[in-house]
Formats: sequence, structure tokens, C-alpha cells
Amino acid sequence: MKFAVVEFPGSNCDHDAYYAAKHVLGQQAEFIWHKDTDLRGADVVVLPGGFSYGDYLRTGAIARFSPIMARVREFADAGGPVIGICNGFQVLLEAGLLEGALLSNRRLKFLCQHVHVRVEQSDTPFTCGAAVGQVLKLPIAHGEGNYHADPETVAALEANRQVIFRYCAADGSASDAANPNGSLAAIAGVCNAGRNVVGLMPHPERACESVLGSTDGLVVLESVVSALAATGAA
Amino acid sequence: MKTRVFVTLKPSVFDPQGKTIVDALRSMGYGAVRDVRQGKYFELDVDASSADEARSVAAEVADKLLANPVIESYRVEVDGK
Repeated sequence: MKFAVVEFPGSNCDHDAYYAAKHVLGQQAEFIWHKDTDLRGADVVVLPGGFSYGDYLRTGAIARFSPIMARVREFADAGGPVIGICNGFQVLLEAGLLEGALLSNRRLKFLCQHVHVRVEQSDTPFTCGAAVGQVLKLPIAHGEGNYHADPETVAALEANRQVIFRYCAADGSASDAANPNGSLAAIAGVCNAGRNVVGLMPHPERACESVLGSTDGLVVLESVVSALAATGAA
Repeated sequence: MKTRVFVTLKPSVFDPQGKTIVDALRSMGYGAVRDVRQGKYFELDVDASSADEARSVAAEVADKLLANPVIESYRVEVDGK
């Protein structure tokens, strides 16, 4: 199974994602430059974290026009699993592959800390190995992670079970104090209507070895490996 | 043709930077400033033969790139109009 890790100018979690896929999970992984126009047979696409184009204009706003994004869109439209982590989530929202937008954190501080998120749905390729209600301890590192959408969109996302991760306390309970950035409905990650495109602010790829303080991110990446194995895709 | 695009957060979107600025103004004694909304301002030099054409180009790039319709709205001015 092959992971494509897209590199934009300013991506800085590309190596974390590559390392997790290749050296922790033992899968194939390949970097794909954003100006490339071929995903080279990848089975899963990762849009990594970072500061693509220096976050100029809006986070992810310029990267969405990179040539590779046309291929990512085709891949997603064909049902291929795509995950956007942090800046990758911002790129997917700007590209319209996911709904909503990310605003500045409510207290305007760049947040670099571990948080807890609850897995809300397990019928996506990135959460199928997790249990609904399972709490994951994952790091965040962002200045613009405050999820926003108009009330109708949020209601539709809830009704269609497209909220995949929600910030919570360590015991899984919801509270304003457990919502680090002010996200509406404590949304930390969502999926598209087809459920194959998932975006989230926390970094599962940085929580795959105990030396990093948590191995809770493994389930996200292991899920897609087993999801693809089950479909015989790779 | 000089064309200006003003991008602002929609009224329903919380603007923490504007809030911080108005709080600072209040502490400076400017209680008369009731609210501040921070936005973005773009000056475009558009190759166009009429103000309408420049306006149309500016609106198109604002729709596609300068503004995110999920959270922002925009206004275009050509030569002060």
C-alpha cells in the first residue's frame, strides 16, 4: 500500500507523515511535489501540516491552486482516501473538498500542546479501526484552528454524521475548557459526504510512538491500511 | 486601472483581532469606538478599458481567491466609485 505525501512550499510535517507511514507502519510512502501532476499510483493521499505559502492571504488559500490539487480532487471524487492534517485540513477546506473554514484561535494564541479528541464516527477509512467514543490524545500546533461554518452547514454535518473528531476532556466529556481554539460544536475534524475525505487539526502522525508522548494517532493511519486491505486496493 | 477590493469577515463571524483592537482602544480612553472589525484591503492594477470591466475582473478574482465566501464578503471600488 502506498501513501502519497504532498509537499507544498512551507509544508513542515511532510516528513512526520512519511516517517509514520513508512517506518512505523511499514508501508510504502512517497513525497509528491505540489507542482507534480501525477499521484504515481498512490492508494492514500496525505496533505500534511505546515505553513504552505507562508499562510499568505489565508491558510491553505494559495496551496489549493497547486497543480497536484486537480489530481487530488479526481482521486477524492473516485472515492480514494484523502486525509488533510492541520494545514492540510485548511487546504481541503479552501479547495471545497470539505465544508467550513478555519478562523484564528479564539484567544489569538498559537497553540502547541496535547489535546483530547473523541472519535465521533467509525465509518470512515481513517477511523474504522477505532471505536465510537474512543478518546485520542493528540498534539495540536496551530494558530488558525477555530472551525467555523454557518448554522445550516453545521446542522447538515451533524445530521449526516460528518463530524468525525470533537475536542473533549481526557474522560471524553464535552466542556468549553476542553475546546482549545473555540471551534463551533468543538469540531476538530470532519469528513465529506462520501466519507473518504477527512480533515482534522490535531496531528495523528505525530502521535505514533511512545517516545512522542502518545501512540493514539496510530489508529488513524492503521485504519486506512486495514480499510484498503479490506477492499483489496493494495 | 486602479481597483480596490475590501474583504471583511461576515457579520456573523467572530473577529478576535477586531475585539482585541477595540479592547485596546477602550483602555486608551476611546470609549466612543464601539466596535472594530478588521479586514483586508487589496489594490489591483487591472488592465481594462472601462471601469465596469475592471470591476468585473476584480469581482472574479475576489470570488476565486481574495475572499473565502464561507467566512468573508467583499466590496469593489474602481477609481473611488
